[in-house]
Parts: sequence; C-alpha cells; structure tokens
Amino acid sequence: MVGVLARPHGPEAATATGARLTVVDVSHAFDLRGARLPVLEHVDLAVAPGEFVALLGPSGCGKSTLLRLIAGLEPPDSGTLTVDGSPIIGPDPSRLLVFQDPTLYPWRTVRGNVALGLEARGLLKAQGARIDEALRLVGLADFADAYPHQLSGGMAQRTAVARALVNEPRLLLLDEPLGKLDALTRLAMQGELVRLWQKKGFSALLVTHDVEEALVLAARVIVLSDRPSRIRAEIVNEAPYPRHRDDPNLVRLRREVLEILGHVA
Amino acid sequence: MSGSLAGTLRHDSTRARSGTSPGWLSRIRWGGLLVGAVWLALAAVTLHLPEDGDFPYTTDFAIGTALIGGLLAVALPLSASLGRFGGRLSDRGPWLAVLGLGLIVWELVTAKFALLPMPFFPPPQAIVEVFFEDWPKLGGSTVNSLVLLAGGYLIGAGIGFVLGIAIGWSRSVGYWAHPVLRLVGPLPATAWLPIAFFVFPSSWSASTFLVALATGFPVTVLTWSGVAGANKAYYDVARTLGASQTFLIRKVAIPAALPHVFVGLFMGLGGSFAVLVVAEMLGVKSGLGWYLQWAQGWAAYANMYAALIVMALMCSGLITVLFRLRDRLLAWQKGLVQW
Repeated sequence: MVGVLARPHGPEAATATGARLTVVDVSHAFDLRGARLPVLEHVDLAVAPGEFVALLGPSGCGKSTLLRLIAGLEPPDSGTLTVDGSPIIGPDPSRLLVFQDPTLYPWRTVRGNVALGLEARGLLKAQGARIDEALRLVGLADFADAYPHQLSGGMAQRTAVARALVNEPRLLLLDEPLGKLDALTRLAMQGELVRLWQKKGFSALLVTHDVEEALVLAARVIVLSDRPSRIRAEIVNEAPYPRHRDDPNLVRLRREVLEILGHVA
Repeated sequence: MSGSLAGTLRHDSTRARSGTSPGWLSRIRWGGLLVGAVWLALAAVTLHLPEDGDFPYTTDFAIGTALIGGLLAVALPLSASLGRFGGRLSDRGPWLAVLGLGLIVWELVTAKFALLPMPFFPPPQAIVEVFFEDWPKLGGSTVNSLVLLAGGYLIGAGIGFVLGIAIGWSRSVGYWAHPVLRLVGPLPATAWLPIAFFVFPSSWSASTFLVALATGFPVTVLTWSGVAGANKAYYDVARTLGASQTFLIRKVAIPAALPHVFVGLFMGLGGSFAVLVVAEMLGVKSGLGWYLQWAQGWAAYANMYAALIVMALMCSGLITVLFRLRDRLLAWQKGLVQW
C-alpha cells in the first residue's frame, strides 16, 4: 500500500473551478516478470481550466495508466505531472477517477457510497447536505437507500459519478465510464456528462476508444498510438453543445480520426 | 428523470425458504386432527400396553403427550386464524405427525415389547425422567459448557480476526506469521491436549486455550483471504477520495472481508464444539462432555441420551445465533443460506 498523503483542503480546494493539468515528457513502463514493458513514451499533454479533453486510442495502449498517474495512484518512471503548477505526489480528492466498472461498495447503500469521500475526510457532518444534492443531480434521489446489487448498470455508473461530484473535484478523470453500458443508456449518459460538466465547470479528461463519443463530448480529441503510447494527432472540435452525432461536421471529423487510427471507412 | 428509472430498479426475487412444507397437510381434510390423533395414540399406547420394566414416568409421559395431542388437534385446524404462530405451526404439521409416529415406534420397541436390549436403549419416558430428576446437574453442566465455550470461542475469534487482518494488510506480518500458521494451523487442536493439560495451571484454562486454538485457525485464514481477495479497485477509489490507512482498514478491508470472516466463524464454531467435548471428557470436571462420560461410567444410558439431546440443541442454537448475526451484518448480500 502506498501511503496516503494528508493535504490541507481549504475552501479554495472545494470550489468547483477547473484545474490546469500539465503533463510533460512522461514515460512509464510495467514490470512483467522482470521484463520492462513500456506503456507510455514521452507524452506531453495540457488541459486548460474547464476544458473537456478526450484521449482516444486502441485498447491496451496505456490510456488508463496515464489516468492512474494523473490521479496520483502511481508515480511515473520519468517526466513531470503538475496541477495548477504543483506536482502530483499522491491521490487527492480534487482529482477524481471514475472507472469503467462503477466499483461501488456493495455493503453500502447508494447514499453511503456517495458519502464515502466526505466521510473519509471527516466532512460528513459539515457538508452532508451535498450528498442529496449530488444524488438529485444524477437523478437518483429516490434510490438513496438501494443497495448496489439492486441497481441497473446505468444507475450504478450514475452513483459512481455522484460519488466523485460530491467532493467538488476540479479535475474529473473518466476511464471509459460508459464502456459497459448498453447503447441507449450510453447515449443518455453522454448527454448527462456534458450537462454536469457545463454546470460544474470542472476540467475533464476522458479516456475512450469510441471515436463518436470522444467527438460528441470533448472540445479537443487527442489520438494516441499503439503501445508504447505517443501522441499522434490532436483534433479540435469547436461545435457548440449539445452536439448531434449526425452533424456533417462531426461525421467528417470522425472519418478523419478513423483514418489516423488506420481504419479507413 | 428518476420517474423513468423506477422501472429499472431490480427487485430481489423472494428467497426460497428451505423449511416450507409441501402443503399436503392443508389439502387433506381433517389433516390437523390427524396430527393430534397421532399424539393421542402415542399417549394411549404408552398408558395402556403393559410394560417390560419399571419406568416411574410412564403416566407423566402419557399425560404430556395427550396434552400435546389435544392442543395440536385444536390448534392445527384453526391455524389460519392464529396469525404468524399458526402459519409456522401448520408449516411444521407434517414433521409433528412423523415425530409422533417415531415416538410410538420407539415406545413399542423399548418399553412395551423390549425388542432392543434394555439398559442401552431406554424408552422416551426414561429420558423424560432424567430431565425431571437430574436437571440440576444437567443444567449446571450445560451452563459450564457454555461458559467454557464462550470464553475460548470469543478469545479465538477475536485473535483470529485481528491476526487475519494484520496478515492480509501488512507484508511484514504476513512474512513472519504465514509459515507458522501453515505448519501449526492444520494440526487438530485436540493434538495439543496432553501438552495443554500440564502446561496450563488449570484444566479450565487449558480447555479455553484449546477451544480458542480450534476457533482461531479457520477465522485467521478466512479473514486473511477475505482481506487479500478484496477488489483492489475498492482501495484505489477510497484512496483518491482521501481515505487514511485506518479508514481503509475499517471501512474497506473489514466490510469486504466480512463474508469470508463469517465462513471462518462458522467453521471455528464447529471445530470448537469437537474440542470442547473431548476436553471435558478427558480433563475438565464439569460440562456436557464430562456428564456424558460420567453417565457412561454408571451405565446410565438414559442420562447419556438426555445429554446428547441438550448438546444438539445447544450447538444448533449457537449456530442459529451466528447465522442471525450474519444475516443482520450482511443484509446487503444476495442468496444467503437460510439456517
């Protein structure tokens, strides 16, 4: 277990303005039975405050590893990661991860799961009202007392999003959060993520291998190469939200991205 | 939006109950009276057939069974209007009928026709006699067994739980504890009996140690595997949310391990019963194991059966308590076994 670094959480950490993320020349490798398997090579990345950026690449290319480094769950082999100028040295509730799997605690109710961050930092009494607010925000106010095994996949993922949002994160890291949902729930939740992002103003970094999802959600799409990951291209989409997937501009961009990825439609 | 979500909330299907009667009792006309009649027949057989031997409680046993028969004959046909108790009673109806029939057969092959050799196979009224005549000694033995068991079990379960979490959590504790546990743990606790009885100052403390040992091993191993097997992402999520080490242990590792812990507590309880009885038979001068041994020494076989019945009720009762506790603490789990 890596030690958890205690940090002061002043009022400025709780305000929901987006953080500035800077990743400079980060390389990282996995240990596979003694052999080093490089997963990230010289990755540079910047997310402006309040920006929504998507990382797109083939599966297993190291996108999730990059998110783990930014979340502070692991230190990088080399390179620097900073948030608003200060280096990332451990996990922090201002930078939160939402995984592909909702990873709810099955022994806690929906409310108990959402309360976890406040409880862990001893803020439950002072800021408990935020829990109901977060549940309302994701449409789960009526299911506060349900246990995770009673929830559908979409509701479980909404709970996971609420569990992150209740802490007012300044950077939300989304690791294929909609990857396991059925097509219709997925469309609904893409719209919801945009709505929450616009309302709360956090910076967002989304990892996905769904080209359309990246283009519908993000203002900037960064295309990564196969492992070890390098940045191959960057596509800026300035279309206003909400976006429609049959918009001719979006269809053109999609074709462009697929060509970069080597899948000419 | 939440309105449209209501339809997607999955409801648990009602749990299958293992004790539900097939329901043929309610389908047979006068089925309830039939059950009562079986017990009245038992009373008649006991009272009117001549006995081969001298059993002072024959009349009392007959009166008791006649009372039960009368009550069943009245209560079972009315069970529909007796609320929850009535439901449970009619659920048990077929069992009560078979129990009565079994007692008739027992009565016939022992006291009435002496088909089974006598001192070894006493009739039911001889066991009733033991409960009435020897209850101070039998009751005292039960209390002593319970106290000894509770002390050893709680110590063993407590140490096992803490040790299991420490091994699962800390690499260095695991390094030192694992080989010891691997070598010593599988040894049956009874193998320590001769050593325990001369190392410890009293047979009581020796038995407490043995019961604790029998309980501690399964609880340690299963708590450890529960902590080690917890989804690693649970820890990642809690760490990003600002959890301290203590919070991770208390609010993530322990609840995640709890289903395993209860398997360990259940196995430990079974093991502790075995050790308790053996220790009481060999060294402790009280308790149900001692009572069994004592009854055998005096060829008081009815006392032996009475003690066995009490022991069965005690063990089953303790396991029921454990399962109730588990049902409360693990209400979030699906598909629990109904005890």
